[in-house]
Amino acid sequence: MLSDITIGQFFPGKSVVHRMDPRMKLILIVAFIVVLFVVRNAFSFLLLTLCLGIIFAIAKIPGKAIWRGVKPILPLILFTAILNIFFVDGNTLVSFWIFRITDAGLKTAALMAIRIVLLIVGSSLLTYTTSPIALTDAIERLFKPLKVIHFPVHEMAMMMTIALRFIPTLLEETDKIMSAQKARGADLETGGILKRAKALIPILIPLFVSAFRRAEELALAMECRCYRGGEGRTRMKQLHLSTLDWISGSIVALVFVIAIIMNLFLPGTL
Amino acid sequence: MAIIKTEHLTHCYSHGTPFEKTAVKDINLEIDEGELVGVIGHTGSGKSTLIQHLNGLLKPDSGKVYIDGTDIFESKEILQKTRFKVGLVFQYPEYQLFEETVEKDIAFGPRNLGMSEDEIKAAVTHAMESVGLSDKYRHKSPFELSGGQKRRVAIAGVIAMRPKVLILDEPTAGLDPKGRDRILSLIESYHRSEKNTVLLVSHSMEDIAKYASKVLVMNQGTVFSYGTVEETFSRAEEIEKIGLSVPQVTKLFDMLSKSGYEINEHVYDLDRAEKLLMQLISQKGGKRRAE
Repeated sequence: MLSDITIGQFFPGKSVVHRMDPRMKLILIVAFIVVLFVVRNAFSFLLLTLCLGIIFAIAKIPGKAIWRGVKPILPLILFTAILNIFFVDGNTLVSFWIFRITDAGLKTAALMAIRIVLLIVGSSLLTYTTSPIALTDAIERLFKPLKVIHFPVHEMAMMMTIALRFIPTLLEETDKIMSAQKARGADLETGGILKRAKALIPILIPLFVSAFRRAEELALAMECRCYRGGEGRTRMKQLHLSTLDWISGSIVALVFVIAIIMNLFLPGTL
Repeated sequence: MAIIKTEHLTHCYSHGTPFEKTAVKDINLEIDEGELVGVIGHTGSGKSTLIQHLNGLLKPDSGKVYIDGTDIFESKEILQKTRFKVGLVFQYPEYQLFEETVEKDIAFGPRNLGMSEDEIKAAVTHAMESVGLSDKYRHKSPFELSGGQKRRVAIAGVIAMRPKVLILDEPTAGLDPKGRDRILSLIESYHRSEKNTVLLVSHSMEDIAKYASKVLVMNQGTVFSYGTVEETFSRAEEIEKIGLSVPQVTKLFDMLSKSGYEINEHVYDLDRAEKLLMQLISQKGGKRRAE
C-alpha cells in the first residue's frame, strides 16, 4: 500500500530518455516548467502535451504509471479549479443563488488545471527515467559554481542522496511496523482524527527509533570507509554530455521555443 | 478438524509494475490443531508471504484462507477477530516496541482486544511468565533491555492476546546461541502447556528437527512437502536438491550407512544419534557389510 507512492520511483530502462545525461534532463525540465508558466495559449499547451506524450512513448513508461502520479493531486486540481470558477471576475455566463460563473473564471480554471497536470506529469517523467542517484549527481554538478560563495554543495547533495536512498527503506520499515502493530490488533483505519492520530504513535515511535539507529550505523560505515566530506573526492562515474544529449536537448528546446512563439502569435489565449 | 486451511492461495506483489513477482502460488494446506509446525525454505520461497495471509495481513489475489473453518476474508469483523485468533510475531519483532514500560507494551494487544483492566493484568503476567521475564522487568522501559530480552517482550506482546495459533517468523534471527536456545525452549514449553498450534519459521534444520512435530518445506512459492519430521527428512536427497540442507546428524548417519554401517532409520535429533552411536561403538565399530 505504502509502496504505491510513486514520487521518485524509477522505472529502469534503456531508452534514449533513460540514457540522457541527468543534467540535460534536469535543465530541460526546469525550462519546461518555466515555459508552462509563461505560455497561456491552448495551442502551446497542446504542443507541450504532445511533446511529453512522445517522450513518454519513447521511454516506454506505461500509462498506468502516469495516472498514478496524477491521481493523488486530483483533489488539489479540483479545489483550485472550483475556486477559480467561482471567484474570478469577468463576464457572467451563468448565475444562481450567490454564485456566478464567468468566462474568465472558466478560462483560469482550465489554465491552472492544465498547468498543474503538466507540471506533475513532466516532473514525473524526470523521476521515472532517472535514478535518484543520477539525479543528485546532476544537482551537485549543476550547483557546483555556488561553492564560490561557500554554499555546501557537496554536503547538500550527499544529504539528498542519503535521504532518497532511505525513502524506500523507511517506507518498507513503516509497512513492516504497521503490519506488526496490526497483528497486535491496532486499528488504523477507523475513528475520528484524534483517535487516528493516537493510533499512529505505535508506528511513529518504532520508526523514529529505527531511523536514528540507521543514521548512526550509516555514519559509522561511512567513517570506516574514510569519508571526510567532498574535499578532493573524485567520482567513479563521470557525467559527460554526448551527441545524443545535444541533439535531444536541441529538439526539446526547439519545441519550447515554438510553444512560446505560438503563444505570442496564435489566438486562443486562456 | 484442520485449524488452518488454505485453498489455491496465490499472491503476487507489485501488480502492474516492472517489479511484479508472484510470491506464493496455488497453496493448498491443512494444519491440524495442536501441531508445532516448522516452516523452512529459502529466502524468497514465500514463507513470510504465506504466514501473513494466515491472519489476514495480506489478502490473497486468489484462493481462500480458512481459520477454524471460517473464511477470514468474509467480513471486516471476522478479519479483525482473526488477527487476535492468529498471533503473528514478525522477524526482529523488537523493532515494534514503543511503550514506556514493558507492561504497557505487552498490554497493547490485549487492550486492542477490549479486555478489562483485570484481564489485561492477568494476560500480561501470564505472557511474561511464558517468555521467562521476571516481574522486575514489568516497569522498565523496553528500550533499556538487551536484544534477547527485547525480543521476548515482543513475543510476549503477541502471546498476551492468547491466540489459538501462534506464528513466529524466525524468532531466533540475530541472537547468540544461548539466546536462541532460550527462546526456542520457551516456545516449546509454551506450546506444550497451552496445547495450541504453533508455526515456527526457521532456517535451522537442527532447530526444526528438535522442536517441530510437522515440517512444511516451501520452495519457490509452492509447498514442497508437508509431513512429520521423519517423513520430511527421509527425503533428504530431494531436499538437498532444492538447495536446503538436512540436519547435520542426519547427514552423518547417511554417510555412515553409505560406508557400510547398519542403520535402519533416519536420525535427526542429537539424543537419538548419541544412543545409536554408543550402540555402534559398543559393537566395536559395528559390523561392516562390505569389506
